[in-house]
Amino acid sequence: MNLDSKIPQGDIADKWTNHKNHLKLVAPNNRPKIDIIVVGTGLAGASAAASFGEMGYNVKAFCFQDSPRRAHSIAAQGGINAAKNYQNDGDSTYRLFYDTIKGGDYRAREANVHRLAEVSANIIDQCVAQGVPFARDYGGLLDNRSFGGTQVQRTFYAAGQTGQQLLLGAYSALSRQIGLGRVQMFNRHEMLDIVKVDGKARGIIARNLVTGELERHSAHAVIIASGGYGNVYFLSTNAMGSNVTASWKIHKKGALFANPCFVQIHPTCIPVHGTNQSKLTLMSESLRNSGRIWVPKKKEDAEAIRAGKLKPTQIAEEDRDYFLERRYPAFGNLVPRDVASRAAKERCDAGFGIEANDTNEGVYLDFASEIRSKGRQAAFAQGDHNPSEETVLKLGKAWIEEKYGNLFQMYQKITDENPYETPMKIYPAVHYTMGGVWVDYNLESTIPGCFVAGEANFSDHGANRLGASALMQGLADGYFVLPYTVSNYLADEIRTGKISTDLPEFAEAENNVRSQIDRFLGNNGTRSVDYFHKRLGLIMWNKVGMARNEKGLKEAISEIAALKAEFYKDVFVPGSANELNPELEKALRVADFIDLGQLMAQDALQRNESCGGHFREEYQDAEGETLRDDENFKFVAAWEYKGDDISQEVLHKEELKYEFIKIAARNYK
Amino acid sequence: MATKYINITLKVWRQKDAQSKGQMETYKLDKVSTDSSFLEMLDQLNEQLINERKAPIAFDHDCREGICGSCSLYINGRAHGPDRFITTCQLHMRSFKDGETIYVEPWRSKAFPVIKDLVVDRSAFDRIQQAGGFVSVNTSGRTIDANATPIPKADADRAFEAAACIGCGACVASCKNGSAMLFVGAKVSQYALLPQGRVEAHDRVLNMVRQMDEEGFGNCTNTGACEVECPKGISLENIARMNREYLKASLS
Repeated sequence: MNLDSKIPQGDIADKWTNHKNHLKLVAPNNRPKIDIIVVGTGLAGASAAASFGEMGYNVKAFCFQDSPRRAHSIAAQGGINAAKNYQNDGDSTYRLFYDTIKGGDYRAREANVHRLAEVSANIIDQCVAQGVPFARDYGGLLDNRSFGGTQVQRTFYAAGQTGQQLLLGAYSALSRQIGLGRVQMFNRHEMLDIVKVDGKARGIIARNLVTGELERHSAHAVIIASGGYGNVYFLSTNAMGSNVTASWKIHKKGALFANPCFVQIHPTCIPVHGTNQSKLTLMSESLRNSGRIWVPKKKEDAEAIRAGKLKPTQIAEEDRDYFLERRYPAFGNLVPRDVASRAAKERCDAGFGIEANDTNEGVYLDFASEIRSKGRQAAFAQGDHNPSEETVLKLGKAWIEEKYGNLFQMYQKITDENPYETPMKIYPAVHYTMGGVWVDYNLESTIPGCFVAGEANFSDHGANRLGASALMQGLADGYFVLPYTVSNYLADEIRTGKISTDLPEFAEAENNVRSQIDRFLGNNGTRSVDYFHKRLGLIMWNKVGMARNEKGLKEAISEIAALKAEFYKDVFVPGSANELNPELEKALRVADFIDLGQLMAQDALQRNESCGGHFREEYQDAEGETLRDDENFKFVAAWEYKGDDISQEVLHKEELKYEFIKIAARNYK
Repeated sequence: MATKYINITLKVWRQKDAQSKGQMETYKLDKVSTDSSFLEMLDQLNEQLINERKAPIAFDHDCREGICGSCSLYINGRAHGPDRFITTCQLHMRSFKDGETIYVEPWRSKAFPVIKDLVVDRSAFDRIQQAGGFVSVNTSGRTIDANATPIPKADADRAFEAAACIGCGACVASCKNGSAMLFVGAKVSQYALLPQGRVEAHDRVLNMVRQMDEEGFGNCTNTGACEVECPKGISLENIARMNREYLKASLS
């Protein structure tokens, strides 16, 4: 298979403009003759569906939630990047481009990333025009903050609920189009297969999750914007319903799946509390602007804390190890997520973890210094140049509350501890998946007419995603990339006419879905779906998690293959096909997670290097930093499905070329 | 965070589908960690039911961090349970006592018909939003620079507080009239406090209120239960602002 990335010629700064100028168009009078399906209504899907509706195409949008407003983009907390340089700290399109390429450890495509940086400024303008209430300063101008991996303040935010506000903005644009009848919305529907006719994507099979009915929907192009696959680990920061099914189904029908092993482990999650835990909660990375991360310097102090004999506030300053500030003085607590995560793991593995559970895994995120310094500043601003201790603390806490109040409240509700008084406990957790369906510059997969956007594709983040860049990519793809590139594809479809759902390809796809459902419901095994999902998650976390090695990966591959056999033999799915049946939904998703999990391990095994979120223990320097191998691994690993046995998948390589950025070791010291 | 375990009895509303008649069923659940969330406790109960080959309980949930608005549930007679300013997924079992009997019911409102067990249909909220809860701006990105229209920080903050509504429906469920005015008021307020979308402010409030009435929600009689039970602390002020906006629009 020839992987043609279709990257336009010319200077990096002109590629997108030139490309856009030469893409084919569909005249307004022809657009109503064309149908588009959008699967998923998060930032990428909702913005795409709204944009296509506005352009005049017939759009059908699908989400498994009861409303598009609940897509998991809503949970993103910290912010969205844009190269606007409002803070006059030297930001530019080039710098955002550079930071993103470097942050991704030189495993992303230059042209895609530059386009992302280019359109970032428009995203902010667009959202503000839609009435998204971003944070403002006292002059009424937009406020910014900084995020891990950068040295400028380019992150726009709305308290700790930026994802919510951006999604509600996209949802409002989508709602407008639904109200106007240009978008038909299918809530509580799940795509269970793609339909190809003459090699092109021509529709989907969707299951109405309330009635169980299988529906056929045809279209001239299908857009998959169904999010990431972090739930393969069972415990993650993803919403419980987030799944890989749409992406995996198109993979099975010919779309290559790229870099599946690139998973981002986020450093600031609330540690695991116990075996019944279903879900991990993230604490926004923005907290690292104000919090200092530490563990005790002395092992006996860590032990005493775990035993409940010492409180963190009783540990003297000189007995604390601010390990990020110690190891990475230039970036300190703002190093990229993979660096911060591994540093925390290193300390906990060495016995300095502070959480009192079976794992002992946890480090402190401490706001005491910030509370004091901001409290002092606030007192001075009020004219009190000799503030009492009490005043300083009161004003400092008020400052923190203004900036992070909802996050602190969330933490307290979950842990029953007050982070204004005692440091937060945090530990890394699975958060975002950089891998996904392989797409070319037009975001088209290797199935013609099937486009993939947002977290579901692999394209912009390389081996590691910097903070505040996922929201940016979702909206960039949906608002500003797909409307051009999909139209270019559709320009050749204006004579096609309505596509019939009576075609044999639709019947075949529907029958396949039905037989899979019947198989699960008739299985009569003894174990619940969650039982298998949790076991898969443990294999993944232990052997394909924050650190991987050859031995563990080989074990994982055979263990997952064995788990798969057991799953099909012994899973028990209660209920029937023709009703709301969450267990059946889960079974269909876990089947895909199992396959993907194995592919993730295979991908990690072939990548004999460490880069970004992919850390192979065999490839590290004397100080424990990642060792990339640019000579042999500067490629996108794109896998081709070859049937039920995942070990038979074939690896294709897209060579990455760096013409505009000099490739260098990633250094945050 | 010392882990404790409690044993509880649950009285849960079971209803096969919208057409069937529902009833309360009783379940006993042992060894519930007080660190579990309420939804994790339901997971545990479902695991037990599945192992006993009984039908698990359907309930809505997704993000499990208090922001998606999927989770619902009337718990011991209160929307999202006993604590304030939280969703059901943020409610933890440490709020309950060993041996306690807990009543779990779906949202109760004519405008939110039951789909199954504890799952209700809240699509009426979407239709209200589709009737006008937006700024009519094309998604071209070719708008004016975002800083060209400064917005006083106080206004932006209040707009944000209104926009923080998660659309869970606790306001409707808690209201003796089944009114959706806190939800609609929050949306109207967000836009009323911002310069964007002012040209269509009249149409917005008239259309949203019209749709709200068509959906069968009741009226507001200023009881204030919605504000008390709102997990995001959306203020009654938003209803007052909506009423002002509505009056202005009706008079002009």
